[in-house]
Amino acid sequence: MVRVSFSELAKSYGSQQALKGVSLTVGAGELFGIIGPDGAGKTTLLRILASLLLPDSGSAQVCGYDVVRQYGEVRRRLGYMPGCFSLYQDLTVEENLQFFARLFGTTVQRNYDLIADIYGQLAPFKDRRAGKLSGGMKQKLALCCALVHRPEVLLLDEPTTGVDAVSRQEFWQMLDRITAQGITVVASTPYMDEAARCHRIALMQSGRFLLVDEPHQVAASFPFVMWGVRAAAMHRLLNDVRSLQGVQSAYSFGDSLHVTFAPSCGPGQLRSHLAQCGHTEVEIARVPPGVEDVFIYLDYEG
Amino acid sequence: MLLFLIEKEFKQFLRNSFLPRMVVMMPLMMMLVLPWAANQEVRSLALCVVDHDESVSTHRLTERIVATDYFRLTCKAADYNEALQQVKRGEADIVLEFPVHFERDMQRGQHPVVYVATNAVDGTKGTIGSAYLTQILSLPLPGRQTAEAVLSPLSQQFRFNPHLDYKVFMVPAMMVMLLTLLAGYLPALNIVTEKERGTIEQMNVSPVGRLQFVMAKLLPFWAVGLFVMTLCLVLAALVYGLVPQGSIASIYVMAAVYILVVSGMGLVISNYSHTTQQAVLVMYFFTMILLLMSGLLTPVRSMPEWAQYISAANPLRYFVEAMRAIFLKGSTLADLNRQLTALLGFAVLFSVWAVFTYRKVE
Repeated sequence: MVRVSFSELAKSYGSQQALKGVSLTVGAGELFGIIGPDGAGKTTLLRILASLLLPDSGSAQVCGYDVVRQYGEVRRRLGYMPGCFSLYQDLTVEENLQFFARLFGTTVQRNYDLIADIYGQLAPFKDRRAGKLSGGMKQKLALCCALVHRPEVLLLDEPTTGVDAVSRQEFWQMLDRITAQGITVVASTPYMDEAARCHRIALMQSGRFLLVDEPHQVAASFPFVMWGVRAAAMHRLLNDVRSLQGVQSAYSFGDSLHVTFAPSCGPGQLRSHLAQCGHTEVEIARVPPGVEDVFIYLDYEG
Repeated sequence: MLLFLIEKEFKQFLRNSFLPRMVVMMPLMMMLVLPWAANQEVRSLALCVVDHDESVSTHRLTERIVATDYFRLTCKAADYNEALQQVKRGEADIVLEFPVHFERDMQRGQHPVVYVATNAVDGTKGTIGSAYLTQILSLPLPGRQTAEAVLSPLSQQFRFNPHLDYKVFMVPAMMVMLLTLLAGYLPALNIVTEKERGTIEQMNVSPVGRLQFVMAKLLPFWAVGLFVMTLCLVLAALVYGLVPQGSIASIYVMAAVYILVVSGMGLVISNYSHTTQQAVLVMYFFTMILLLMSGLLTPVRSMPEWAQYISAANPLRYFVEAMRAIFLKGSTLADLNRQLTALLGFAVLFSVWAVFTYRKVE
């Protein structure tokens, strides 16, 4: 069953085109990730879906209702968590939760099962003002508040930005449990490593979707063999690798270089080239390409 | 739903470490301190007398003038030019010159000309000082059988504020200013703060309607405004013994409508502003102009004609008129029908404007 769908959505701010016609459908219970760097148009897209922004052209439906004409129906079925913390800092954890429940004409008790395991972690701080919570706790509270009216669709704008690695892990685990209850989640993130946690992802850049697929399919779509290259003198390694004719692409990736070759070239040539350049402890090994490699490739192609 | 929203506003308001104190301290300051300080009564004017007659009459008149605490005799000059030098040096504010044969001419029933010159660098000092002096001189001289006044015996009486007590005049004005500042700024800043913190986003994706949202911002500050009004009335009665001549109820009716006017104006401004800075400056711009053109500090009738037309579109003007009339003249709502209608009109205008300019969608 389709919960979120949009086609040919476009939006400009002055001469700046933020969205250049994007289309997608997301089903019930799906955890969908919109992955792209800052300025790709993720927030614009989510704000249009949340009925906070009018698109210039194209149409979007949430739970079958048009976000422009039937925004009232959309808002009743939607949970939205904006990129910046936007709860009342001077109200306590409990008051915030109650307030947002009442805003939607429901109570915390009625939907407690949905937020029970997230709120369980917040319960010790329920009388603390929201402004005094740590970053990770704030995100959890914001998630609770966005869920407390049992929405059918949950839109999360960069929910893990500015949150530590452990809290990010936990956060994605929570999203798994939420989707297991049949709630559709559309989350945006600039972190490519979070792609694997989604059921499906869209790679987004400059207002366009580069690719929409399941994360492992995305990785598998990488058309070349990827090699990881390391050496003792990493800082001059990149320039030396690039100086070899036949190296198609080379860039830093974590603690090594990711390198692809043109058909005429291979790791053997690179090894002897690097030896000539005076590199020691050279390691060249095949590595599985990741979502980020695909993104860099598609972005470069585009 | 509206109740939850209002409850939330009150919680936030009371939890703010600054606002509740502000709402109590500001009326206290303005009611207790300013009517004394912002005072146009003129006292201890430095008087320079040029007496060409040196007669019993002129001496008596001088004594009588100095006996009031409005004037103190700082010098006696031989002629007008010398007196003017004193004024230039800042040692005298006002010069009184008696002509030669003043007493003789008086007794003959001729009206000798007394010359009064005031330093009008400070306009208030000048005009009020010379008015006082004229008043004293127009009283009949004691011990004279004819009881003839020195100057032509104009009789004047200040109705509704017989002693021209400045506090009687200022206290209602202070209340107007307070309501304008508090009831205007608080709701405006409230909405802009929600914009800056992003909390308005959450409100916008909820099913809360525009009307509910705007009402939830207006009503709490309406209550705060009425609280401030009550505090002011109590202070006026306790500290200055100033009880409105008219009914308290009519003051509340006027204030209740007026708060809606300024709160509505604040909300309209906040709907157009993105930051606190913008809202505060725009609000300041308007309150400044509205206050100065309201007749609060200077009478509307003394403004040029074009300014009088502008002030007809100034809600403050109607509230100032109404408050002074109720406080000093004991006017009733029936007397103030025009003012009440105007204020109601403004209240509706700004509220509707606020509802329509509040956008949930960009």
